[in-house]
Amino acid sequence: MARTMFDKIWSDHEVGDGLLYIDLHLVHEVTSPQAFDGLRLAGRPVRRPDRTLATADHNVPTDGTTAARLIADRLSRVQVETLERNCEEFGIPLYSLGSDRQGIVHVIGPELGVTQPGMTIVCGDSHTSTHGAFGALAFGIGTSEVEHVLATQCLVQKQPKTMRILFQGTLTPGVTPKDLILATIGRLGTGGMTGHAVEYAGPAVEALSMPGRMTVCNMTIEGGGRAGMIAPDETTFEWVRDRSAAPADFDAAVERWRRLPSDPGAEFDTEVEIDAAAISPMVTWGTTPGMVAEVTDSVPDPAAMETAADRESAERALAYMGLKPGTPMTEIAPERVFIGSCTNSRVEDLREAAAMVDGRRVADSVRAMVVPGSQQVKATAEEEGLHEVFRAAGFEWREAGCSMCLGMNPDTLAEGERCASTSNRNFEGRQGKGGRTHLVSPRMAAAAAIEGHFVDIRDWSQR
Amino acid sequence: MRPVDVIEGKVSVLDRADVDTDQIIPKQFLKRVERTGFGEFLFYDWIRSGEIELEPAPILVAGRNFGCGSSREHAPWALEDFGFEAIVAPSFADIFYSNCTKIGLLPVILDEEHCRAVAEAGEARIDVDDETVTCAGGVFEFEVEAEVKHRLLNGLDDIGITLENATAIDAFEASGATDHVPMTTSL
Repeated sequence: MARTMFDKIWSDHEVGDGLLYIDLHLVHEVTSPQAFDGLRLAGRPVRRPDRTLATADHNVPTDGTTAARLIADRLSRVQVETLERNCEEFGIPLYSLGSDRQGIVHVIGPELGVTQPGMTIVCGDSHTSTHGAFGALAFGIGTSEVEHVLATQCLVQKQPKTMRILFQGTLTPGVTPKDLILATIGRLGTGGMTGHAVEYAGPAVEALSMPGRMTVCNMTIEGGGRAGMIAPDETTFEWVRDRSAAPADFDAAVERWRRLPSDPGAEFDTEVEIDAAAISPMVTWGTTPGMVAEVTDSVPDPAAMETAADRESAERALAYMGLKPGTPMTEIAPERVFIGSCTNSRVEDLREAAAMVDGRRVADSVRAMVVPGSQQVKATAEEEGLHEVFRAAGFEWREAGCSMCLGMNPDTLAEGERCASTSNRNFEGRQGKGGRTHLVSPRMAAAAAIEGHFVDIRDWSQR
Repeated sequence: MRPVDVIEGKVSVLDRADVDTDQIIPKQFLKRVERTGFGEFLFYDWIRSGEIELEPAPILVAGRNFGCGSSREHAPWALEDFGFEAIVAPSFADIFYSNCTKIGLLPVILDEEHCRAVAEAGEARIDVDDETVTCAGGVFEFEVEAEVKHRLLNGLDDIGITLENATAIDAFEASGATDHVPMTTSL
């Protein structure tokens, strides 16, 4: 019988009915302390420290602090130091502050090559779906499940339904993977993928680079999807080939990986088709990622919305965002620009943003910052001189971490501040209490930094 | 966790769709390394700004896609610590739903009309074994997976159950099925 990629990976990892073996467990400081406490209370060891990898990312300052004990914020310091103690006690490899491999957990996995096709990967973080870009089954879990995986290397899981989103055509110049996924969530809604493992397919997806595929899979959770996946191909294999953790017998691995893609005729519970060529650069206007418009469009009028619930949500969102219906998206003027997060902080993202700002200056009204996704991304970018390009344009160039995506470290928005952000969530208060977030691609964020308002980069780049 | 069989009493209502876990428990409270004491920070910004009022009660009725966003289990911890024992909504985000079942906070899916009836009744009785919600507006059926139901009714530790299958996990590992997976300890 024809099987989907999801079916193949799922059945390859079934230890028993509803019990799934986990190949790689990624750990960070925020969702793990209570799990380690649970193990200690029950006197349980970590079953497979050699299938577990930890880093400090959510809390870390991006100001050049070189060790956990030097973190100024007491609670953040305690949390990162707790991770260090737990990893030492249970024998788990850790890249903490000061390590040249430290970085956002979803950036360092693919970077080290521990993220590979066909694997099951979990982490106590909803953006674990990022790793599905390699043809892995990867999803976020809560702290009870973190403890469960630490103790058993397995998870009790109900099998999700399958969905395929087929992107026909190709993205037009100036339209990025971020726009593709924002437009998709805008169309399906923030709950549109709930209960599904989603496979992104079609020519527009096959044409994407690995960083682009990671951006798409990353935001699956913003559509409610359990996991996002893309079939592995030559692009995938080339990314993994020379990484630290690449398989010793690479050809044998590739042969195995070639069997993963969904069989022709495999059936999905839900099928969606989207014309990639019709997608424009996108900007969110509200307080969920599904509240999104084309940059050439205007802020929508809640009165025109179909249901009472939608009207009410949109009205509340616009009040929070300080926006009036009918305002052209290009008249929205952010005072802050954040380029970073597990969605868009890889070298390719930084190259694209740098190309936009090269030889230009950030508008006087804007404070802009770049936060590389990892120490390795930062090092590579600096080798290429990207940091000089950003600094010359007036951007701050900072250390690796989650930073202003969720503002658990000192990088936050002030009350009422408006931000063009390459991150993944525009929820109320996400980047700081009262902060107003507009989600965009790195190129859109870079152009907004220069002009002081959003622009259609399809016209702007040609100036 | 403690067994959950019948949840009965007053109903609090939060009539909003797409309530995300960033609202349920804002990020500044995720820095705590303890598992208890999150209740006082529940809906921190919304309650303090006077945007919503919420009384502790055994049952909370909420809007569709409740608990979307981050996987933080701190969200169910805060709801439970505040005093809720069950959340009734038309739909939940997947990770949030799963997190609730792990700590014995009962997520109940009812259609919008029945959610409204429970909210209007102001009091209800939820029976896990029968899979019913009873209120002045009627008796409504809901579904709970057999595995989850078994754990809830008996207050069972998930990890303990899985470890009873340790030989199956040993056998799976011994079969070579995971031999090609990279070793994080030898990077």
